[in-house]
Amino acid sequence: MVLDTPLISKKAHAGNFIIIRINEAGERIPLTIADYDRNEGTITIVFQIVGKSTKLLFTLNEGDELLDVVGPLGNKIHIKKYENPVVIIGGGVGIAPCYPQAKELKEAGNKIIFILGARSSELLFWKDKSQAVCDELIICTDDGSEGIKGVVTDPLKEIINREAIDLVIAIGPMIMMKFVVLTTEGKMGLPKVDTMVSLNTIMVDGTGMCGGCRFLTKEGQTYFACVDGPDVDGHTVDFDNLLQRAKIFSAQETQSLSFDEQNCKALNKNT
Amino acid sequence: MAKKIPRQKMREQAPSERIKNFIEVPLGLTEEMAVLEAERCVQCPKPLCVAGCPVNVDIPGFIKLIKERKFQEAIAYIKDYNILPAICGRVCPQETQCEAECIMGKRWEPVAIGYLERFIADWERQNKLKECPDCEAPNNIKVAIVGSGPAGLTCAADLAKYGFDVTIFEALHKGGGVLVYGIPEFRLPKDIVADEIETLKMLGVKVQYNFIIGKILTIEDLREMGFKAIFIGVGAGLPIFLDIPGINLNNVVSANEFLTRANLMKAYKFPDYDTPINIGKVVTVIGGGNVAMDSARIALRLSAEKVIIVYRRSEAEMPARREEYHHGKEEGIEFKFLTNPIKLIGDDAGNVKEMEVIKMELGEPDESGRRRPIPINNSEFIIETDTVIMAIGARANPILTKAIPELKLNKWGYIETDDNGKTNIDDVYSGGDIVTGSATVISAMGAGRKAAKAIREYLLK
Repeated sequence: MVLDTPLISKKAHAGNFIIIRINEAGERIPLTIADYDRNEGTITIVFQIVGKSTKLLFTLNEGDELLDVVGPLGNKIHIKKYENPVVIIGGGVGIAPCYPQAKELKEAGNKIIFILGARSSELLFWKDKSQAVCDELIICTDDGSEGIKGVVTDPLKEIINREAIDLVIAIGPMIMMKFVVLTTEGKMGLPKVDTMVSLNTIMVDGTGMCGGCRFLTKEGQTYFACVDGPDVDGHTVDFDNLLQRAKIFSAQETQSLSFDEQNCKALNKNT
Repeated sequence: MAKKIPRQKMREQAPSERIKNFIEVPLGLTEEMAVLEAERCVQCPKPLCVAGCPVNVDIPGFIKLIKERKFQEAIAYIKDYNILPAICGRVCPQETQCEAECIMGKRWEPVAIGYLERFIADWERQNKLKECPDCEAPNNIKVAIVGSGPAGLTCAADLAKYGFDVTIFEALHKGGGVLVYGIPEFRLPKDIVADEIETLKMLGVKVQYNFIIGKILTIEDLREMGFKAIFIGVGAGLPIFLDIPGINLNNVVSANEFLTRANLMKAYKFPDYDTPINIGKVVTVIGGGNVAMDSARIALRLSAEKVIIVYRRSEAEMPARREEYHHGKEEGIEFKFLTNPIKLIGDDAGNVKEMEVIKMELGEPDESGRRRPIPINNSEFIIETDTVIMAIGARANPILTKAIPELKLNKWGYIETDDNGKTNIDDVYSGGDIVTGSATVISAMGAGRKAAKAIREYLLK
């Protein structure tokens, strides 16, 4: 979805996110900026329909307005020229926020190896776009319907065994990031590679105020994804705590969806 | 004569009723009650109450007008001093400020200054008699205000009255800062905050929501846009979590998160409103300030079966307003004083289930002047709980200050200013919690007012 937000687009960088609200009763939805066009004054967001809010977002048409858009939030990623290639791994909808990182790192003169992963072929997107900002594109699907059959850590292991890599960036489901980090932490007979992950946590304000997005480091220190991240050193993150925190509102998410469906049914009956 | 009239009692919703709703607890004085109460003021020639007010409202002046039933004049008069009387009449700690100084209080009970302030502001709003306060002629000089909390609103109002072209930039989607995300509906109805912001708009103040200065626009951008001075009133806001095991278990939240979900996002209307909130059967709030009281009373209204406040000092040291403490007690909140959490324990799914606490005793006074709580050996016990709310204060929010590296901060990250809110940068002023750390609505307003005066002097010199 492309949003007409000239001021945000002017300041947007890889790593930044926005928060939107669709309507008065709506929640504040954090979404990573997947692309920006400063000339057009637009930013692009990519979302997967998982709950009531994203379902509603999907019903919007070209020309519709969102009630609120705020951003760019969070820290932009550090862009520099690395000596050795950078591996970027996008899993599922996480492919989208990887794109501007690949683009900015490529523009800085880096060699980029881009791994796109998804459950199956129809969930892959932005293949051409990704191809244009990398030197090597690897596709893998869980069911083998496209590219390598397997998970993103399979080609990753091969690459870091094959050549020196200066940085791995992984954005996708929490569980995928957890396993990428396990792969690159210098155990399992593989070399250690610096790894950045983007934390997609529960969040309300996105400005450091609520602390709902907090995450633990393995040393037990607490940080906030919104102001200390969202891109952080993956080797310091306690993923098990994050996986547990991600479930805080799962009961309400189901309730909200079914409430919404009942309302729809009721509306249909009335008309 | 005056002393024979007893202090008028605020009408209130009964505790058993009000814990089932979010409607305001105190119902206000009637006209007759207000006039009677106004008669109690002895009109001291040297009123001590005025000195007790952080913005020095001429209290006997507006009370005299209420006594004479000149309500319209009374509200206009009060607004010369305080642009947000409906808010201050509700949330100011009068008992430690103006009313603490009232001469009537030495022998009898102090004049109910807060009730009268609230009465006159409500009278104007309910009778839809709001008038645009007098302003100086526009001077077309642009001033930016960052943050629409009490400091920013006051600074904006005063500058607009001085004739400046004022724009407020607010990070959230609603204006009012802590007045909307922090203070609950039953203590400060949100339509009152919205109404006070309307008054500002009558003064020509523009409000830009969803603008995070330091992100979407820098201070340099604001200068390029023609803003000649910038006031920073962004509040403290970064929540503090206790450094104890289990703090990142599920359903352990900051008061900021709990209050923002409940107040700003209206989670109490879930699923009609989309933002969820978890309550469970037993809610434990850690802390003894107004934020702790607000969180506890919201939890009760969100149908918690039991709400416990755990505070490490005793009742006497509790910083919450007495009125809110009494309201909380009436509503059935359980208080565990001299008790400090040492550990949170979760179930297999990572949800908090128990809080291990230790009994405390009071030792010698510490740097705050209050007696320091000391743990009593072997006095640990367990409180079963489904939700834990941390209401132990906030730190400076670094978003804006990080974007202005040349701005001088103190060691805690708060902005350093002189007595008039001037920072080390010529065109940048600041006030409220981002300068002082967590304090009150009225002290933030006082800071906003002083800064407005200083900005006027700076820009018109």
